[in-house]
Amino acid sequence: MKRTFKIAALLFASVLLVACAKKVKQETAPADNNTGGSSESRPSDIGTGITEAGAFSPADLKTNSCLRQRVIYFDYDQDLLKPEYQAVIACHSKYLRDRPGAQLRLEGHADERGTREYNMALGERRGNGVSAAFNANSADMARIEVVSSGEERPVCLDSEESCWSQNRRVDISYSVE
Amino acid sequence: MRKILLGCLLACLSPWLHAQTLDAGVVVGNEAALSIAIVPMPYQGARTPPAFDVAGIIRNDLNRSGQFKALDESRLVESPVRSAEVRFPEWKKLKQDFLVIGRVLDAAEGNFSIQYELLDVSKQQVLLSMSVPARASAIRRPAHQVADQIYEKILGVRGAFDTRIAYVTASGLGQGIEYRLMVADSDGFNPQSLVRSREPLLSPAWSPDGRRIAYVSFQKGSSAVYVVELATGVGATEPVSAAKGINGAPAFSPDGKQLALTLSKSGNPEIYVMDIASRSLRQVTTHYGIDTEAVWLPDGQSLLFTSDRGGKPQIYQVSVNGGEARRVSFSGEYNARATVSYDGKKIAMAQGGGNVYRIAMLDRSFGGNGRWQTLSPGNLDESPSFAPNASMILYATKEGRRGVLYAVSADGRVRQRLVLSDGDVREPAWSPYR
Repeated sequence: MKRTFKIAALLFASVLLVACAKKVKQETAPADNNTGGSSESRPSDIGTGITEAGAFSPADLKTNSCLRQRVIYFDYDQDLLKPEYQAVIACHSKYLRDRPGAQLRLEGHADERGTREYNMALGERRGNGVSAAFNANSADMARIEVVSSGEERPVCLDSEESCWSQNRRVDISYSVE
Repeated sequence: MRKILLGCLLACLSPWLHAQTLDAGVVVGNEAALSIAIVPMPYQGARTPPAFDVAGIIRNDLNRSGQFKALDESRLVESPVRSAEVRFPEWKKLKQDFLVIGRVLDAAEGNFSIQYELLDVSKQQVLLSMSVPARASAIRRPAHQVADQIYEKILGVRGAFDTRIAYVTASGLGQGIEYRLMVADSDGFNPQSLVRSREPLLSPAWSPDGRRIAYVSFQKGSSAVYVVELATGVGATEPVSAAKGINGAPAFSPDGKQLALTLSKSGNPEIYVMDIASRSLRQVTTHYGIDTEAVWLPDGQSLLFTSDRGGKPQIYQVSVNGGEARRVSFSGEYNARATVSYDGKKIAMAQGGGNVYRIAMLDRSFGGNGRWQTLSPGNLDESPSFAPNASMILYATKEGRRGVLYAVSADGRVRQRLVLSDGDVREPAWSPYR
């Protein structure tokens, strides 16, 4: 497990080094707006922040192949996180560390089988399972919110396993990037 | 299959069927049902006749109960209006146990009255002779009241036709989806929208006086419990519970003052009881498993709820004051969402596992672990809800991609579909007596 994490971390680091120069440019963009807004008064000091080499930025959420993975699927009536999703949890955990203002939302879902309120509980349990994996990756738990939508927000509507497997999921989204 | 098609065909052809109503077709017949002929009740007043066929409403009610088999209108041999006009041998030849005749008359202030007689064919006796007042604008309800009186006179059990059902509909797709909490008459007519939402609605539960409905809405992004007043719609915007995590499965206590609900603010779902006036909470269950879907037993002293503390979801019973929970369901690998009969003896629930979920009833009248009966034949049957007289159970299932409602008699012998013409219907809840 530890080894997988290390390899994954190394991978991200190498991917991100390439995108580094571009990142610095983006960080200064909001500062330009600030000076433009106060043209009459004396220009105020500008704080730009310093991006560490290899750190994630919001742009990576759209481009980085690991960060772009936002759905974790589960087996029937299970909330056990499959090992194949460890890498996804690891990179989103890193994003949270790299972006201290970022906030993450984990929305748990169930397939339509069984009762709606029980499935609400099952969806939350799945969300909590993913949340625990973030905790194991030293993510700041205060910035992670778990909600359950039970079986109320399916992505696929047919009553068969091909659909059910898509609906048993936890959606990862950023309420603040 | 043929019966299903026939039922649908009949329902679709019914002349008084309105596009917004639940259409209905009897799916399974009951050979042991009592035969009853209901003669059309003509309007004998001087004003515009009422818009509904009173005899037809009564006929459909009695058929739906499974206890009666009403003679088809085309087979009626005569149309008497008063008992003196009845030729009993004709009805005997048609093997009718009972006969209902009557008429609609004018009453004061623009209202009507339904005057009818219930006759025992073999004894040639008048069992009931009644006059039921009817508002000009709403004659369906007094017709249901007539059906209730007939049902009670013959069977000795209060009828539940003059009641309502609440349910949730979903229509539209994607961003355009709209959820509605609906209330309709027990036969699906007169549907009215009580709450509209862009976010999911679920778990409607009636207050014992029938004036409020508690339910769950996602309007604030995650689940919260609301209590809405039927007469005014007040309560649909401000939740009574919006704690962190799940706020779900509300159920009014028999005195209407408390609400059992599921909250996961402690980290996992537990059953709580809220005093509605003060909003103060008392925790009832404490277990790391899932505890949810509480319902009150009629004495108000204990709750049934769903828990997976034994590995799979099963029904448990616990005192409202907490303490140890006792398992109630000992058949089937998955039992959830119980509904209790008015006498507390019968418990219906969603039972299943894998790909098959059906409505099962546990009868505890006989002691021990009780007797089980499966009431529904589907694969995704859920959300059972007892009629207030426990004669029937409403439940939800899926046909294709569409959610539909069924009413099944408590003996499982008669089943009738109530399908909303447009969209997806789910989460039925039968009202208390009006």
